[in-house]
Amino acid sequence: MTPNPFIFAPLLLASLAIFAWGCWKRLSLISLGQPEERFDNIGTRVGDMLRYAFGQKRVLAKPFGFNHFIIFWSFLILMIANTEFILNGLFPHTIKLVRLPFELYVPLAFMIDIASLLALTAVTVAALRRVFAPPYPEARTLDAFFILGMIATLMLASFTLNASDLAAYMFHSGADPVSFLATARKIMPVSALLAGQLPPLQLETIHAAAWWAHAIALLTFICYLPISKHMHILTAIPNCFLHRLEKPNTQPREVFTVGNRFGVGSVDRYSWKDLLDSFTCTECGRCQNVCPASITGKPLNPRAVIHDIKVNLLENGAALKKGAAPQTPLIGEAGEGSVSAESIWACTTCGACMEACPVLIEHMPKIIQLRRHLVETEVEFPEELLNLFENMEGRSNPWGIAPSERTKWCSQLDVKPFDRDTTEYLFYVGCAGSFDSRNKHVSVAMAQLLDKAGISWGTLGKDEKCCGDSVRRLGNEYVFDKMAKENVATFIERGVKKVITQCPHCFTTLKNDYRQYGLELEVIHHSQLLRNLVQDGRLVLDKTTEEMGVTVFHDSCYLGRHNDVYDAPRAVIEAATGVAPAEMERNRNNAFCCGAGGGRMWMEEHVGERINLTRVSEALEQKPDTICVACPYCMTMFEDGLKDVKADNVKVRDVAEVMAEALFR
Amino acid sequence: MLIVVCIKQVPDTTQVQIDPVTNTLVRDGIPFIVNPYDTHALEEALRLKDRFGCTVAAISMGPPNAEATLKKALALGADHAILLSDRVFGGADTLATSNVLAAAIRKLHAEVDEVGLVLCGKQTIDGDTAQVGPGIASRLDYRQLTLVDKIVDLDFTAKKIRVSRKLEGRHEIVEAPLPAMLTVVRELNRPRYPKVQMRLAAAEAVVEVWNNKTLQLDEQKIGLKGSPTWVSKIFSPDRIKGEILGDGYADPAGAAALLIDKLMAKDMLPL
Repeated sequence: MTPNPFIFAPLLLASLAIFAWGCWKRLSLISLGQPEERFDNIGTRVGDMLRYAFGQKRVLAKPFGFNHFIIFWSFLILMIANTEFILNGLFPHTIKLVRLPFELYVPLAFMIDIASLLALTAVTVAALRRVFAPPYPEARTLDAFFILGMIATLMLASFTLNASDLAAYMFHSGADPVSFLATARKIMPVSALLAGQLPPLQLETIHAAAWWAHAIALLTFICYLPISKHMHILTAIPNCFLHRLEKPNTQPREVFTVGNRFGVGSVDRYSWKDLLDSFTCTECGRCQNVCPASITGKPLNPRAVIHDIKVNLLENGAALKKGAAPQTPLIGEAGEGSVSAESIWACTTCGACMEACPVLIEHMPKIIQLRRHLVETEVEFPEELLNLFENMEGRSNPWGIAPSERTKWCSQLDVKPFDRDTTEYLFYVGCAGSFDSRNKHVSVAMAQLLDKAGISWGTLGKDEKCCGDSVRRLGNEYVFDKMAKENVATFIERGVKKVITQCPHCFTTLKNDYRQYGLELEVIHHSQLLRNLVQDGRLVLDKTTEEMGVTVFHDSCYLGRHNDVYDAPRAVIEAATGVAPAEMERNRNNAFCCGAGGGRMWMEEHVGERINLTRVSEALEQKPDTICVACPYCMTMFEDGLKDVKADNVKVRDVAEVMAEALFR
Repeated sequence: MLIVVCIKQVPDTTQVQIDPVTNTLVRDGIPFIVNPYDTHALEEALRLKDRFGCTVAAISMGPPNAEATLKKALALGADHAILLSDRVFGGADTLATSNVLAAAIRKLHAEVDEVGLVLCGKQTIDGDTAQVGPGIASRLDYRQLTLVDKIVDLDFTAKKIRVSRKLEGRHEIVEAPLPAMLTVVRELNRPRYPKVQMRLAAAEAVVEVWNNKTLQLDEQKIGLKGSPTWVSKIFSPDRIKGEILGDGYADPAGAAALLIDKLMAKDMLPL
């Protein structure tokens, strides 16, 4: 009958060859990347792969993800049917599922029939969504509709094929059509329904047409897969396995010796995993829909960054393999395949893109690598950063204030110097807490709270230096390296083991970044410490404060998304006010950045809407009297934003100030 | 053509305090920086290097640790860095200093290349005399163009330079034949930031040190012995509290306008 192995086999071989060639052409480019270790902790990796790839954990985080979940699992189930189809095409009438034991065949056939129906429904819904409510306007690509169309064709052909098989069997066996179809409907509901509708005399023609339609769709699909965004079905699963187990907000160190290269200026300077990421992107657009820069009209689009890396690799791959110079610049205004400097500087490093990505692509470290190239090799950066870099290197604080003024915040307090024998905690005040007039109040509140709780603490006084967070996120790794080494040496020399920080940027840098320098500190954010002190009964609140009115809490990116601290600051506010703070629409791991991270604190924001104003409006929707923060940068951004929207009747308070209000007023 | 830039390592004066008993600068723990005006002189030399391909030599007189300042110049792109360091150079006033610097420039002229320009900052932030640059010009018999905020025209073949000088409330365009000595103000340019590669190379580079064996100067004309000036007392003048102008709360725009007028009158706003 229809499957003709002498026609099908060569077509299949050709398709597989094209598929293999397509895969090789692309995936071999990954070997151009720099080495990076991604095979440690296999157990965790397998677990994450099961959770994120097979369990579709991130995909399901958005309502529409369920549709993809259906397509993914139908696809896996239908692999069985397609394997049968191909084998049957090569060896007709020899390998058929129907020859399996009846008890095995029935559930399998049922599953395949239902999976096909679900897949057909899901791709229809997906196509309609893309037409009427696309995830982002540019998502209506021919590529996307072609893939959905191919899947739909496969499903329709497969139903017709099964239906014609059933009908043919029914007529040849002379069974009673009514009872036969009734039984068949219990095994293959959709195919059986269709079988009853097929004209008996054209069954062979229909079968042949369906078989070849299925065959051609399947083979086309195989050929097309490696050159489309559908490549992700091959790369997503390994990509989830290979993701960075540590939070990728801590960028890798660079080695500063003569002759080394710094940052990424051409695509082959990325690690192989970065390049794999670029082939894994499904262009779902979830990253751009949460990116504060994209949302407020900046040129940065994290999806486009990943896409441009891929295009750049494809365009320059051949030249790079030969060791020749790349033709398309990775950084520049050359259009597709190049990332513009303006977009590189727009990133707040808030990590929302990485939190949203269903296949665990690491966008932010790639942007930092581009910044490193611009700062360290090209010396091309927004001019306002020149002062920052010099202030940080020369005076170890962003404002360039004389280091001798670092202790002015506590001139009216009795603050002990940290001493390894007599003090337990180092209170690492941070630059904002030491120099910024608004944030000094937070430092004073913290000092009072620590004393009240009977904590043994001290500071480094004038010996405290900036942690270097901003310069690292801005790509000035050379200066960060100097600052980190100096600080690590001080901490070791002074015997610091436990550190309290009131700034999430100091927090993450001391806790995560300095680990790369061999320093393991027990770093606690002040919100965590205050929560613990209340829980342990060391801070006893006999009354709550009403001064704050309705509070709303804003998550700092470097406390929340980058370090998973969400509950502690909320618990502190609740303890102090008696009521849990109101939540903004985007909160916890979905929180929207204040706009100051990644060194953006020190840069002008000329394009689009201001990020802090967007967040301030969101906070004001909750009609708060007080916006609570746990980060000095967020404090500044909110205070500025509230002034700009003329809502300075709303207060901004750090969680420590809220607690101090309840305890001391 | 060689351009010589004179730079000085100075204490970060915003962090310096004066010992009330001894009337001297408390320098303990105060970081050294490159005299800010000198960074603009160096930047201009490097821009001329980029434009004309001339050679840039940075020279500094100071103690051995002033090497760090010269390494910064190398990291930014200077071709030569020479430290003029000798105990007999110590304690020098502006006259003795200019004698040493002029001798070094003469030696560079003889051994490296013809000197076209000598660039200095308008003054240093520690001494604030603004005398060393002109002193060098006098010793070398170069034309001196002080307070330069723009090089309008430079022609090395015709050996002519035309610059804009920033004077109080006005600018002056002047022309001079080369070689010339320029002292520069901050408005001249924006100093560049070093490339990491260059910093690493500069860190490993050896800064040439010239002492008085190299320069062979009469010891009566250098160092403490060659300095007719001496410091009898350093003190911070008492600050007199200024007047309060306008009402910043009730009329911020009016107060700002008053402030601008005041600053303009005192020539404190660059135009």
